[in-house]
Amino acid sequence: MSKNIDRRDFLKKLGIGTTLTGLAIAGCKNAEKTPSITPDIKDGEMTYRTNPKTGQKVSILGYGCMRWPTKPAEDGKEGGDEIDQEMVNRLVDTALENGVNYFDTSPAYCQGKSEGSTGIALSRHPRDSYYIATKLSNFAPQTQTREASIAMYNNSLKELQTDYIDYMLLHAVGGGGLDNLRQRYMDNGILDFLLKEREEGRIKNLGFSYHGDIEVFDYLLSKHDEYKWDFVQIQLNYLDWKKSKEEEPLSVNAHYLYDELAKRGIPAVIMEPLLGGRLAKVPDNIANRLKQRNPEESVASWAFRFAGTHPDVLTVLSGMTYMEHLQDNLHTYSPLNPLNEEDLAFLQETADIMKQYPTVPCNDCKYCMPCPYGIDIPANLLHYNKCVNEDNIPTSSQSPNYAKARKAFLVGYDRSVPKLRQASHCIGCGQCSPHCPQEIDIPHELHRIDEYVEKLKQQTV
Amino acid sequence: MEINANTESKQLGKRGSSQNKMKIIRRILAAISILLITPLFLDFTGTWQALFGWMAKIQFLPALLSLNVIIIVALLILTLLLGRLYCSVICPLGIMQDGFGWLGKKAKKNRYSYSKPLNILRYIFLGIMVTAIVAGLNSMVALLAPYSAYGRIVSSMLKPMYIWGNNILASWAEQHNSYAFYDVEYWANGYGVLVVAAVTLVALAILAWRNGRTYCNTICPVGTVLGFFSRFSLFRIVLDKSKCVDCKLCSRNCKASCIDIPNHEIDYSRCVTCFDCIGKCNKGALSYKYVGIKNSKTTSEPEKVDGSRRQFLSTAAILGTTAAVTAADKTVDGGLAAIEDKKVPERKTRIAPPGAISLRNLHKHCTACQLCVSACPNGVLRPMTDIENFMQPESSYERGYCRPECTRCSDVCPTGAIRPLDTAEKSSIQIGHAVWVKANCVPVTDGVECGNCARHCPTGAITMVESDNGLEIPAVNTEKCIGCGACENLCPARPFSAIYVEGHENHRII
Repeated sequence: MSKNIDRRDFLKKLGIGTTLTGLAIAGCKNAEKTPSITPDIKDGEMTYRTNPKTGQKVSILGYGCMRWPTKPAEDGKEGGDEIDQEMVNRLVDTALENGVNYFDTSPAYCQGKSEGSTGIALSRHPRDSYYIATKLSNFAPQTQTREASIAMYNNSLKELQTDYIDYMLLHAVGGGGLDNLRQRYMDNGILDFLLKEREEGRIKNLGFSYHGDIEVFDYLLSKHDEYKWDFVQIQLNYLDWKKSKEEEPLSVNAHYLYDELAKRGIPAVIMEPLLGGRLAKVPDNIANRLKQRNPEESVASWAFRFAGTHPDVLTVLSGMTYMEHLQDNLHTYSPLNPLNEEDLAFLQETADIMKQYPTVPCNDCKYCMPCPYGIDIPANLLHYNKCVNEDNIPTSSQSPNYAKARKAFLVGYDRSVPKLRQASHCIGCGQCSPHCPQEIDIPHELHRIDEYVEKLKQQTV
Repeated sequence: MEINANTESKQLGKRGSSQNKMKIIRRILAAISILLITPLFLDFTGTWQALFGWMAKIQFLPALLSLNVIIIVALLILTLLLGRLYCSVICPLGIMQDGFGWLGKKAKKNRYSYSKPLNILRYIFLGIMVTAIVAGLNSMVALLAPYSAYGRIVSSMLKPMYIWGNNILASWAEQHNSYAFYDVEYWANGYGVLVVAAVTLVALAILAWRNGRTYCNTICPVGTVLGFFSRFSLFRIVLDKSKCVDCKLCSRNCKASCIDIPNHEIDYSRCVTCFDCIGKCNKGALSYKYVGIKNSKTTSEPEKVDGSRRQFLSTAAILGTTAAVTAADKTVDGGLAAIEDKKVPERKTRIAPPGAISLRNLHKHCTACQLCVSACPNGVLRPMTDIENFMQPESSYERGYCRPECTRCSDVCPTGAIRPLDTAEKSSIQIGHAVWVKANCVPVTDGVECGNCARHCPTGAITMVESDNGLEIPAVNTEKCIGCGACENLCPARPFSAIYVEGHENHRII
């Protein structure tokens, strides 16, 4: 029944949570904000959610450590960027100062450098002032033996400079189906190992992050009585909320995932609330629409309020690369002003308009990278999306803005992606696709972009 | 007898000032000419070439090599009518020398003097030129040709600066989200050309600074040929013996060193009709006027081109073991795989761009002016380095390939070495054919699907067929292949591609 729950039913359910949250924060929000270009970091106190098992207060804004800022490496090689540790420290300090206490990383992020960098920044603060989430990212076959996986876990503790993990996740289960799950966590006894670690207190909460095959999600929840999941990390945003299986069979239907968790009382950690920035970098008419309804708030704030409005959400992860992202999100969540029923209807309508744009659903997570043949996959897809959003994809040489759009597309392409890393060099080996949490058929999209570039170059659009 | 500029202009009669106007007109024309021709070697967008490409085509030697009879006849008629005006207002190398000469005169006034014509040297150089053209020794032709020398100076010395300036504007534009300027990579593709250009520039600068048009009247074969005709020109500078006071002011300002005051004679074979002398003479003894047919000595035109072709072989390619890209073991996310630069494969026959007709035609007509190399937006054309074809262009596909929408080299070539064609013709000219190298092919070496060559072949000459290991490998239909190099350039195998183009000596229509 709950699978086919419609929006009204959801809103009824949601109403309770919203009212409660609304009561809790009444009076906190300053009604007369002074407009300023950079929003004040906070107007009140950060909203916190309670972990039902431990009673821990977790900030509704969680720090995603997948997109740490980088700077060119000392040796100056192309693609040899390294994490800008000084900036990471500043971001972490600012986040902690303003009440953020959940930091989510993985041994795979930032070319394997995220845990170490996050560890350096966090270890400068008392260990009980934050919660660390990390994952057992044993994607590569050579890391799937029991020994290698345990080594990865131990290395996480070392990199993060801690002797316990607050939130431990099986990383991105679902891709590759049940077979893949068994191979990574069941057959090698790693899940049992992690359960044991939880028993012994080195793991405080155990959960999994999910992308892809719904069979795996359902299977793991069916085993909830056995495994007692403390939390589950899902992708949730207003664009994915109502996707039906018929509409897009491979996509995440966040509505369903959330309901399944809620009815079991499992708190949800939200990833991709902003779709890697796609819900911030929107076409002009969408931006105008959002601005018109709430002129003083950022486009991104809608996505964060949407994710936070759901009462069973423990925390909403945001991969904040820049201080401005952090400031904007702190502003949105200090405190959270939940969406009302009208707002939600408005956002659903917005999502429907957005779906008409043929953007590629790339969130720039870089799971597909590095491409062994040197293609900068996300850069290609993001340039295409940018041109879609800016209406620079002329469909005919008779289009009124053809010459301008053509130049913007081609010149912008060379600026965004070095020639040797452009789509024309994609050989279609398909090694990238299994890594994509959004299940994009990457070679297909790259070849489509390449064909379009050829047409623009040859003026045969 | 030194006369300062003020008194000089006061003493100029009515006729004198009108004659001085001719010098101004000559200077304006020369300035326009050099300002039109120089950007031909700089503009990477192709706009200037489309508008003013004809400026290169009216140059004497390119017109001669392209057997452009109309231009040759027109230039000879111009010379027969007005003298060597060509050297003063059309030839960019001549105009450039006037620039240095002007600076030289700033440093020291009245610095020139009459000298006897070095006719033996002139004829030797002309002889060398004719022999070189006939014998197909084009590197010698290229060294002596004035227009080509200028082209090399601009494209190898001025263009880097131009691109540097453009790239500053491009980064500025990028910051302002403008697409008005875009970044261009400068590719230093010919150190040999740079050295030759630098030596030429320094030598010419010194010669011009000190002695004016020494190069034009001693070495330049075009100057020598036009000199035959200018002796009979209908209009020329005339010295009125009765007015001349033998002050030699004209002679000391004659960049061609051709006014012999003691004998009151002017060597019209060397006079480049710059009109400088007329303004200098404050007695009004010099004028430019119609003299009619006076001297009727006949001279012979230089021989027409009919070179014998010489066999040439590429020496470029580096032999090496092939190495394929190996898929990195991916355990973490992000980062970019290193990309090795492509290396030039060993080609049995070199590749000439579409429009060249044949390697022989290219070799025979090219004066190595670098206009095509400068114009190529795809990094395909580069100057050759071997002695026989020194500085002439050849195609190779490490940096890009001969794109179907581009005909820039054929549009700009002034000598007929690369003939004009449209994009449809271009796509049907076979300049070579693709050859598959199994040892490098990614489905064989890495065991992954590829087909990037077939996907990008503009003529559909490549079909993917199943191989022993079940993966598809390319099968080339050489009859349909045009040799554009898309497959070679976009092949993932590095540094040597698994598919490369062998050139054809004679291009053919498919």
